[in-house]
Amino acid sequence: MGSLDKKHILKIALLAIFNALAVWSAIILFVQRNYVILAVLVVGIIVINYVYLSSKSYPAKYILPGTIFMILLVVFPLLYTVYISFTNYGTGHILNKEQAITRIEARYYRPEDPREFDFKAFKQDDIEDIKLLLEDQEDGRLFLGIEGEIEEVTRDDPRLLDTTDDGEIDEINGYQRLERAEIIQNVAVIEQMRFAYNDSEMRMRDLNSFALYRQSFEYDEERDVMIDLRTWEEYRPIEGRFTNEEGEQLSPGFRTYLGWENYQELITDPRISRPFFRVFVWTFQWALLSVITTFGLGLFLAILLNDQAMKLVKLYRVLLILPYAIPAFISVLIWRGMFNPTVGIVNRILVNIGLESIPWLHNIFWTRAALVLVNLWLGFPYMMLLSMGALQSISGNLYEAALIDGASRWQQFRYITLPLVLVALGPLLIASFAFNFNNFNVIYLFNEGRPAIAGAQTPAGGTDILISYTYRLSFEAGRGSDFGLAAAVTMLIFFITAVVTWFNFKFTGALEEVKENE
Amino acid sequence: MNNYTPTWMKILKHAVIWLTIVFCMFPILWALSASFNPANTLVGQPLIPEEISFSNYETLFTSQQHPFATWLFNSVKIALIASFGSVALTTLAAYPFSRFNFWGRRNGLFMILLVQVFPQMLAMVALYLLFLNVQTIFPAIGINTHPAVIITYMGGAIGVNTWLMKGYMDTIPRSIEDAAFIDGASGFQIFYRIILPLSKPILGVLFVIQFIASYSEYVLARVLLNSTDRLTLAVGLHLFVAEDYGGRWGVFSAAAMLGAIPIIILFMLVQDHIVTGFLSGGGVKG
Repeated sequence: MGSLDKKHILKIALLAIFNALAVWSAIILFVQRNYVILAVLVVGIIVINYVYLSSKSYPAKYILPGTIFMILLVVFPLLYTVYISFTNYGTGHILNKEQAITRIEARYYRPEDPREFDFKAFKQDDIEDIKLLLEDQEDGRLFLGIEGEIEEVTRDDPRLLDTTDDGEIDEINGYQRLERAEIIQNVAVIEQMRFAYNDSEMRMRDLNSFALYRQSFEYDEERDVMIDLRTWEEYRPIEGRFTNEEGEQLSPGFRTYLGWENYQELITDPRISRPFFRVFVWTFQWALLSVITTFGLGLFLAILLNDQAMKLVKLYRVLLILPYAIPAFISVLIWRGMFNPTVGIVNRILVNIGLESIPWLHNIFWTRAALVLVNLWLGFPYMMLLSMGALQSISGNLYEAALIDGASRWQQFRYITLPLVLVALGPLLIASFAFNFNNFNVIYLFNEGRPAIAGAQTPAGGTDILISYTYRLSFEAGRGSDFGLAAAVTMLIFFITAVVTWFNFKFTGALEEVKENE
Repeated sequence: MNNYTPTWMKILKHAVIWLTIVFCMFPILWALSASFNPANTLVGQPLIPEEISFSNYETLFTSQQHPFATWLFNSVKIALIASFGSVALTTLAAYPFSRFNFWGRRNGLFMILLVQVFPQMLAMVALYLLFLNVQTIFPAIGINTHPAVIITYMGGAIGVNTWLMKGYMDTIPRSIEDAAFIDGASGFQIFYRIILPLSKPILGVLFVIQFIASYSEYVLARVLLNSTDRLTLAVGLHLFVAEDYGGRWGVFSAAAMLGAIPIIILFMLVQDHIVTGFLSGGGVKG
């Protein structure tokens, strides 16, 4: 029983470490007032402790770690994408409403009273706090600013000491005056200092002076409007920005629920919908062409190699699957160099054999042609391996019978080989379609989806497929991010993927396989 | 096929195959040649360099601006940890699905099947925003950290791998466990001492496949990482050549060769499993 006890102690120890980390996280979340995530965390802690301490729920002990990872990093992001597609999340709408209000309320203007105050700062070693002596530039009145309070003082106030007798105050209550270099060191603290003065606020203007400021905007929570404190104009929240009646907007905006607007834009706004439609059509063409070309060449080679008597078959096989063994990101980049239109080898060969050089990478049609060729290179070995397996499972008797009936080679292929291979590989061909439908790496690494479609408002390229288009909508530098629109496009990919897969499940009986696990 | 094959046809067959082999090998040999060519440019590169030099390979390890060695190390590190973690989680999860009958088992299997239909990559925006928010709470696993990438890869691989692993475990006869149970083995002992050793082949294969997949992953690493010294090889190399290809071809080729070799070796180790339907569930290798 000794080992069991040891194991028990180990389990308790691990659980204790986990709980310590979890509680620590919970405290941080509580301090940050992130109550939603905090609630999820607390539920998580309870479930995990229950599962590992209780003697019941035995299978859950094994399943739980994987489930947590899957929920946090796959299920949640997928659902979150759905949510984002109904919002205006993106550049200019990154903050939530509360944060945007805080930012707008922090904006100040200089009131009509343009009073400025020269300041001197006083500090005692090892104490954060700084005391200020402020002098009105106009009338020379003196103010002492201590701990957020301001009080007017006279020049002979006993707290102000001129220890060096040079007419300048050097010390207040044991705090020493800071030299200019020291003020720069402490600028972060001084910048944060605010004093109420009449109905304005006194704050740092530059390294020498303080000035009066007034809050520009105030948010009225009850009526949900932002009020301009100078003009009493009201700004109402419209689509993630406070907007007044003339349509002027305040920055920053905030993220908000938009309903179906992103989806509508994709269909109705011609500057977005026209390039989007081209991307959409090309995605299907691309996936279909990829499957047909790779399967065609793969099956063809498999038939050639399906001959036990042939010499060198093993060598051929190894050499032919080499492209499949190289990471795709590396081979696509190699091809990118070879297709370089000015100095790449492909055009050099074309010119050497007396043809024109071709504007690969610059012309939409030719870039697409190059991509299909590159993907053929990448993908045919997989199809060849699958086809070789499928061919071996076809009974030789069928061909013998066909031979007796006088069938030609073509007829044998057309009526025996092709149908049987298609039945055997059908689901894999559909999976391959789905894979190429989202084959981001080949498209993006080859030419970043370019060349651009002329007149497109969004970053849509002539070789972009839906998935690379969503990437560019979200992360292309220089254009700003439109996470909401990108998520709406992703939803379309979800939908198409779901349809294709449902079809495939029907085909393979994967759902029956689940049922068999009754 | 028992058809009679004339000689000219045999020759034609070999010729066609050799033609395809040239198509296969040309880019690889072309890059290999460039990697040893000190000219380091796409302009006028011959297939056999006039002078063989390792200067491009030296650049890989000395360049300050483009730390290739660091990128390669990052890729290997991330892929190793992510594959190990993912295989561990998968093995644990697959075991009860294969061996016990419990409430929610069928629905659980169905959910896993459903979730793995959608590539994790589709949620790149959400993952980016997720880690952006995590950063404000736990900077150690926020944007631009390796742990963020590692746990992302670990989570993404669980679905399909659990099904594969469960399928394999289903083939292990139960009689061995029954015998162990009679001998007084506890639940965890049966898992650890019997199921785990018997699953070794699939553990190895899954590990290698997961390693290759993580090593080759581009878009999530691109989205989650941004400082130069933290990039993976895939992201670093792309950014390297996207800026200026003409004058960097030789150095790129050297990096491509070094980056491809470990994967080619691993691939050859597991290629039989790939053929016998390993990737059949998920499609084609990325």
